[in-house]
Amino acid sequence: MTTSGLLQLGLYFAVLLACVRPLGRYMAKVYSGPAPYLERSLGPVERWLYRLCGIAPATEMTWKQYANAVLAFSVVSFVTVYIFQRVQGVLPLNTERLSAVSADSAFNTAISFTTNTNWQGYGGETTMSYLTQMAALTVQNFVSAAAGMAVLIALIRGFIRHSTDTIGNFWVDLIRGTLYILLPLSLVLAVVLVSQGVVQTFDSYREVALLEPAIDAEGHAVTTQRVAVGPAASQIAIKQLGTNGGGFFNVNSAHPLENPTPLANFLELLAILLIPAALCCTFGEMVGDRRQGWAILAAMMVIFVPLLVVTTVVEQAGNPVLTHIGVDRVPSEFQSGGNMEGKETRFGIVNSSLWAVATTAASNGSVNSMHDSFTPLGGLGAMWLMQLGEVVFGGVGSGLYGMLVFAIVAVFLSGLMVGRTPEYLGKKIGAFEMKMASLAILFPCATVLVGTAVAVTAPAGRETIFNSGPHGFSEVLYAFSSAANNNGSAFAGLGANTPFYNGLLGLAMLLGRFCVMLPVLAIAGSLAAKKTVPAGPGTLPTHTTLFVVLLVAVVMVVGALSFFPALALGPIIEHLQLPTTNAGDTSL
Amino acid sequence: MFQQLRTATMVLLVLTVLLGGIYPLVVTVIVQVVFPNQANGSLVRIASRTVGSDLIGQPFSKPGYFWGRLSATGPVPYNAAASTGSNFGPMHPDLKNAAEARIAALGVTESRPVPIPVDLVTASGSGLDPHISPAAAEYQVPRIAAARKMPEDLVRKLVQEHTEGRQFGMLGEPRVHVLRLNLSLDQQQTTK
Repeated sequence: MTTSGLLQLGLYFAVLLACVRPLGRYMAKVYSGPAPYLERSLGPVERWLYRLCGIAPATEMTWKQYANAVLAFSVVSFVTVYIFQRVQGVLPLNTERLSAVSADSAFNTAISFTTNTNWQGYGGETTMSYLTQMAALTVQNFVSAAAGMAVLIALIRGFIRHSTDTIGNFWVDLIRGTLYILLPLSLVLAVVLVSQGVVQTFDSYREVALLEPAIDAEGHAVTTQRVAVGPAASQIAIKQLGTNGGGFFNVNSAHPLENPTPLANFLELLAILLIPAALCCTFGEMVGDRRQGWAILAAMMVIFVPLLVVTTVVEQAGNPVLTHIGVDRVPSEFQSGGNMEGKETRFGIVNSSLWAVATTAASNGSVNSMHDSFTPLGGLGAMWLMQLGEVVFGGVGSGLYGMLVFAIVAVFLSGLMVGRTPEYLGKKIGAFEMKMASLAILFPCATVLVGTAVAVTAPAGRETIFNSGPHGFSEVLYAFSSAANNNGSAFAGLGANTPFYNGLLGLAMLLGRFCVMLPVLAIAGSLAAKKTVPAGPGTLPTHTTLFVVLLVAVVMVVGALSFFPALALGPIIEHLQLPTTNAGDTSL
Repeated sequence: MFQQLRTATMVLLVLTVLLGGIYPLVVTVIVQVVFPNQANGSLVRIASRTVGSDLIGQPFSKPGYFWGRLSATGPVPYNAAASTGSNFGPMHPDLKNAAEARIAALGVTESRPVPIPVDLVTASGSGLDPHISPAAAEYQVPRIAAARKMPEDLVRKLVQEHTEGRQFGMLGEPRVHVLRLNLSLDQQQTTK
């Protein structure tokens, strides 16, 4: 890796980790009392929202009521986003006169945005009107993220409360998370991104002259270029912060108007991991033992950093196919070298690799380079991070509640080893919690594997595969890994905007969201009802290095055992098929 | 459940007004006042004529212009109304074909023994990349100089003027702005 690359990665981690504690503590206060700084100005707005919607903020919910509220909100959101897309042709703020989105694509997109996946079968600038982008998609970017955070907070309440049947009020958690955390951060980020060149306008697409006229396929001269613009910055800010990842433009943050400069790229990258990382600290604060939060964050980093290094190194090594025809891919002060297909010059290898790993570790799914064109091993890293269940940072809220499910499994396993009833944070882990934890872990795995199997055996699934051979299989495996774990990134060669994929991937996203969320809420309810037991001499401490190692092992073993055979058919075979490089040409 | 659906509808309605209406409007008003140029697409105007966006690349194929990255957009390269990458996997035959076609195009107008910088034979992720690496620019200097009958040193000086380093000396990669460089080449010849 180059010195400059190491410096950029180092700076990224330094800034990220410096933000974790202040933001984490702030979020803990938002969910458990008055929000510092902002309560005074936004408090009246919050109370006005409650009055308007008929919410009694002091009323607590059981886990079933909480789950019902989440489901009700998701259903209403789905219907709304669907309708917006279907009638956008007759609604205002449609400067390009885009017609209604097709039924199957609208179905897929509505599920995608309400489940915080933001898988996109469509291209933004050619499909969605400004109104749809703002009133349907931007809104879901906020609330699907806030809903994930709400469920996490409900689970944490399950740990800290005892002998009660309530875990909070979903509407209050949803609105406070939106109002005090996501909205202020987005507002600031959006304005800063515009300073770097991200567009924010309601005008129609720009027509500019081409310096040298181009010739289209039919031989006509093209003398102008139409530049797609729109109210992009406001959506991009929350797309990054809320681990949503649905781009305003088709190529997402590879688009120069969505991610124009290295500074914009740095901030968008920071926003991917900012809240998921800080929530670990929030967790520690709320359970009254900060070390518990640091242990979880450490486990995430232990998986994240090695995969980042591997991805950067293999992408920097480049594609041997091109070396054989006389292409120079050695990095220097004059070029970033490496595998540049699908990557932007201003980001180079390091920033593209860091983004690919961060966006798949967190269930963000935005991209600043085309993952389909990554080397086999680079693509494998991204795919596997999603297959681990989106628990290495993961989605805002959903990543940490997924990781806590793995923590429950880890204490259960170690309890089995020493023959004691397992406890976590003062709560005895019983058969019910274990059943729910198993469901939450197995459902996404099964959805990925069954979905991929169905798609590669059905003619409709094979028809739209773009690359041939093992890489084509990787495209399908990646799609289902992404959908079932609510990530949303893609090996975009796969033609996914067909009724077959829109339907099947839509289903995968639903299962991946709610078959994890509902068991987690059930665990929260069950834990809240239990008494808190004081730690005894036989209790496994869960803030130690030993526990971090255990937790990492559980996550990796489940991920490796479930997916190694499938990965062997895709990226691993493809890697073995690559031509070997000449001796002396290993310029890492 | 009915009660929950009613509350859900109200909450979504109110939040749609706040997050889908007020929030983007507030951002728009702020940035249209503070950063109007950037917010509207960073358009470059020369003598009241809009000659491009500073952030969006344009297609070049004449020997007298610097060429940018390959672009996979359709129906023409650098179609800024429909961004896309090639999505070629590393062993897709067309990846190699496209690179070979570009190498042939470069070879027709110059015979060079040195290996070609990788960004000159690969497509960018967006299909709209406005930059190439300094190595890719240097590679093309002799061709431009010959086509325009300009001394190579003068072309090199212009390349240097349009080379940006890493932002704050640290972030991103060094790069050359193709459109601005080509505009300055034209300007150089008209003022000569």
